Formats: sequence, C-alpha cells, structure tokens
Amino acid sequence: MIETRGVTVRLGERDVVRDVGMRVRQGEWVAVIGPNGAGKSTLLKAVMGLVEHKGEVLLDGRPAAGLKPRARARLVAYAPQTPSLPPDMSVFDYALLGRTPYIPYLGRESGHDREVTASVLARLDLTELAGRRVGELSGGERQRVVLARALAQQAPVLLLDEPTTALDLGHQQQVLELVDRLRRADGLTVVTTLHDLTVAGLYADALLLLAAGRAAASGLPAEVLTEELVGRHFGAHVKIEPGPDGRPVVHLVRSGS
Amino acid sequence: MTGQAGPSRARPLWLAGALGVLAVSMVAGLLGGAADMSPWQVVLQAVDWLPFVQVDSGLAPVEQGLLFELRLPRVLVAAVVGGLLALAGAGYQGVFRNPLADPYLLGAAAGAGLAATLAIVALPALAGGVPAAAFAGAVCGVLLAYTLGNTAGRSGGTATLVLAGVAVTSFLTAIQTFVQQFKVEELQRIYSWILGDVGGGWDQFWLVLPYAVVAAVLLLLHGRMLDVLSVGDEEAVSLGVAAARVRLVVLLAASLATAAAVAVSGLIGFVGIVVPHVVRRLAGGSYRIVLPLSLLGGAAFLVLADLVARTVLAPAELPIGVVTMFVGAPFFVGVLRMTRRAET
Repeated sequence: MIETRGVTVRLGERDVVRDVGMRVRQGEWVAVIGPNGAGKSTLLKAVMGLVEHKGEVLLDGRPAAGLKPRARARLVAYAPQTPSLPPDMSVFDYALLGRTPYIPYLGRESGHDREVTASVLARLDLTELAGRRVGELSGGERQRVVLARALAQQAPVLLLDEPTTALDLGHQQQVLELVDRLRRADGLTVVTTLHDLTVAGLYADALLLLAAGRAAASGLPAEVLTEELVGRHFGAHVKIEPGPDGRPVVHLVRSGS
Repeated sequence: MTGQAGPSRARPLWLAGALGVLAVSMVAGLLGGAADMSPWQVVLQAVDWLPFVQVDSGLAPVEQGLLFELRLPRVLVAAVVGGLLALAGAGYQGVFRNPLADPYLLGAAAGAGLAATLAIVALPALAGGVPAAAFAGAVCGVLLAYTLGNTAGRSGGTATLVLAGVAVTSFLTAIQTFVQQFKVEELQRIYSWILGDVGGGWDQFWLVLPYAVVAAVLLLLHGRMLDVLSVGDEEAVSLGVAAARVRLVVLLAASLATAAAVAVSGLIGFVGIVVPHVVRRLAGGSYRIVLPLSLLGGAAFLVLADLVARTVLAPAELPIGVVTMFVGAPFFVGVLRMTRRAET
C-alpha cells in the first residue's frame, strides 16, 4: 500500500532522513520508532508530500509525486504531532474539514459529507461533543477529535504522528485500541510514530527503527526490539523480555542495581 | 442523527439578526441630524426609493431632497466602507491565523494613505486618481510587510508578520508626513482625508461600489477555505488544499477591500478588528459565519459611528475616525487581555 524507495529529506544543511526504504502492506500497522531527532516525523511528512524529498514514494502502487493534491488526500489522511486546533470552531465543523478533498474549491459540503462526519463522530463517541468549541476539550477528547477529522477523510491510509503524546496511560490505551479497532473493521493501513517502545511492540505488526535518519532495522517487533539494537541506537540500558502475549516488553535497567 | 448540532444550525438566525440590526442602523442614520422627520415617514420614504415600489411618505420635497442627496449617500458609503473594513480585517485574520491582524497592522492602509497623499499632492486636479493610487499603495504595503515578515521569521511565525506590518506602517507614515510638510498648501485636504469622512455623496458611493462587490464576493466565497487554513499549512496541504494560493487570493481580495474603503473614506480605525472579534465571540469561529456577519456588522457599526459623529457636537461634526477609535481602543485592550487568558 505504501512503499518508499531511497527517500532522502534535506532540511537546512542536514539530511534528516537518508535513503529510507519502507514497505507497508494493506491493512498492516507499522510503527516508526527511534531516538529523538531520528527523522520519524519527517519520514511521515515525506510520505504525505509535505516536505521536499529525493527518492520515490508509491501509494497504492502509483508514484505519489504524480498524484494531484486532492487525489493524494483521498488516499492518505494525516494527523500531525501537534495539530493546531482553531479554538472557536465547533467539533462538528472541525471534523467536517476532513471532507475537504471531496468538496470542490469554493464549493459547499453535501448532505453526504455531513452524514459521513456525523457517523464518524458517533463511532468515536463524540456525538455529545459535536456542538462544543474545540478549545474547551480535554487532551484526550482533542486527540479523538483530530482522529475524527482524519477518519472523515475516508482515506485507506492513516498516518499518525505520535498520536498518544501528552495522554495519560488510560487515554493512550483508549486511542490505540480505537485505531486498532478501526483498522480491523475498515481494513485501514496505519503508520504511526511512537516513542514508547513497549506500546509500539504491542500494537504494531511491524516496526521500523530509524537512527540518524537511516533505517537501522525493520521487521517483527521481536526482531527489532532487542537489547542490543535498543542499547546501541537509543543509548539506553534496557532489559527486554517477552510479555504475556509473547510480544517484547522493554524495561529500563537502573544503573548500580 | 444529532450530528448536525452546534453553531452551523444557528447560522441563518444570526444572518437574519445582523440584517435587522443593519436595517435599523440605516434608518437611524437617515433620521439623525438637523431637521425633524418622523421615523415612520423616513421608513416609508426609504421603501419608496426601492425599485418598482411607490409609497407616499408625506415628506415635503425639500426634506426628500435632503434625505436623498445628503443623508442616503452618506449612510450608504458608511455601510459599504464599514462592511469592507470589517470583512478585510476578518480575511487578514484568517490568512495570517492571527486574531490581532487588521488592515492597519499590515501596512495596507498606510500604503494606501501614502499613495493617496502623493496623488493629492502631485495631481491635485485628477480626482479619480486617488482611489487608483490608494489601491496600488495598499497592495504594495501588504506585500512589503508580507515579504519582510516571511524573510525575517524563518518559521513563518505570525508574530514576526505583525511586527513587519508595524515597521512598514511607520516607515510609510513617515514618508507621508514628510510629503505633507513639503506641501503645506495641501495639508488641509490631506488631513481631512486622513481623519476619515463618509460624506462624499453619491460620487463616492459609485466609486467604491465596484471594488466593494468584487472584493466582498471573493472573500465571502473563501469562508470554507479560510476554515481549512485555520488548521495550519501542513494539515491544509494534507487535505489537498494549495494553502499558498488560497492565502494569496484572500490577501489580494482583502487588500482590494481595504484600498477601496480607505480611498473613499480615509483612515477609519479599528472597525477591521473590533467587528470580527465581536462576531467570533458571539457566533463561533467558523469563517463561513464570521465573514458575512463581519460584513453586516461592520456596515451597521460605521453607520452608527457616523450618526454619533454628526450628532454629538451638532451642528459641528466629529471626524468619524475619532469616534471609531474612541470605541475601538478600549475594546482592543480588552481583546488582548481575553486572548492572553485563553492561551494560558
């Protein structure tokens, strides 16, 4: 569904992403992990076409560079790490913006667009909040509202940049379970960046480890989350054990113990 | 399905309410001033002016003449100018995603002011040259501020843009002041132009109308696009919108509106920031409601401001710009305080 070949992104003087190849099959969830500044968000932006890049991005087998912006927006929905939410806009109007790729420039949204938006809000338990101003929402509600906007786009690919930042444990779980449920129900392809390695290993089908812009490792969670790789690329002293379901659990090891 | 709840549903009510307020303000504007006429007669007379309608208002021909030749064009110019300034202000705020942007902060009015002054000084006989010069000046002013702000602030921060606008405004105003001092004999004309005046009569109304229609239609059509821009450039692009192009079109339309308004009425302050803010607080943040309500609200506001300017010291007249700033300045401080509270 998504393929990148030799993608390189240069920001200023530095190659933030270097020669990264990635393959994501339809319906798969891939988590991009890596230390701070490894180029995780930039890779997502390159797939979305938000930054200039060398190399090729294929979406559904077609070169993304050849797609018109609207066609691309119907294929891929994107939620940035820190979305800017217009505080005075209502939740419904905000989610409705996700229908933009289907509405002609200067046109109005149709009844169908409103129905899609309403049903997405209902699915995310946001119907009650539809009339509320976005600025009045809590952190967890905001994250769900951003997700609603992305889902209203009805794109088969979902790119989520750190969807759980600033959420507490319960809300993290809630959002990730929601994404998991939606992708199983709709066959969505999901690519997320995640900074919590255990969480990434728990939800994703495959991991891509970026370090200094390069793909350092990729594969099943158990193949990527090894003490050796995590120790080398994160500079962390960790112990990794299989959890109850066989997926790797990453523990920090305190020095001196 | 209850998904359609929220502000979207209340929109027709807001629009009807704003139209009502505007109609009442315009009748009040026609009524105010010297010579006693009953409100009812004035309303009848206003209805009589509409095409294909004939009503006998019972007003004497002299009174009808006073209404038609003096007060009606004055009310109409005030309405068009107020509507344009408020609409342009709302447009700028959407483009720059900065609630404190207004036509003046971005150098449009200063550019128009300088160019109009130059036109008055250099070509005093050519009356039609002033609006054309003001339009060119406004566009140059905004583009100058925009370029400065974009090159100075690498992250495209809106704060740098406002600062660039302030810099451009003071620079252009300095040149304008220099030109004024140089040509003292035109000072009276330039000064009364700057202070703002909507009493130019029918000529001014017909002059501003074409610009007003084009700018207003363009801006009103872009309400949904401004909503999309309000989520930020990256997300707008990810939704398939060419953010840069939308911004440029809205910028040009808002500059056209500002230039037209400034050209026929001088530098009337604060309408462009006060009205969109009141609207946003009352009716919500979607530009699809903010833009049309700003147009109507700005029109009503300036008609009433002109009424105050004409009547407070009657028979003397206050410059209309003084009235709007007298109301606008304290409001501006209040808005600053409120937005600061919302950010923390």
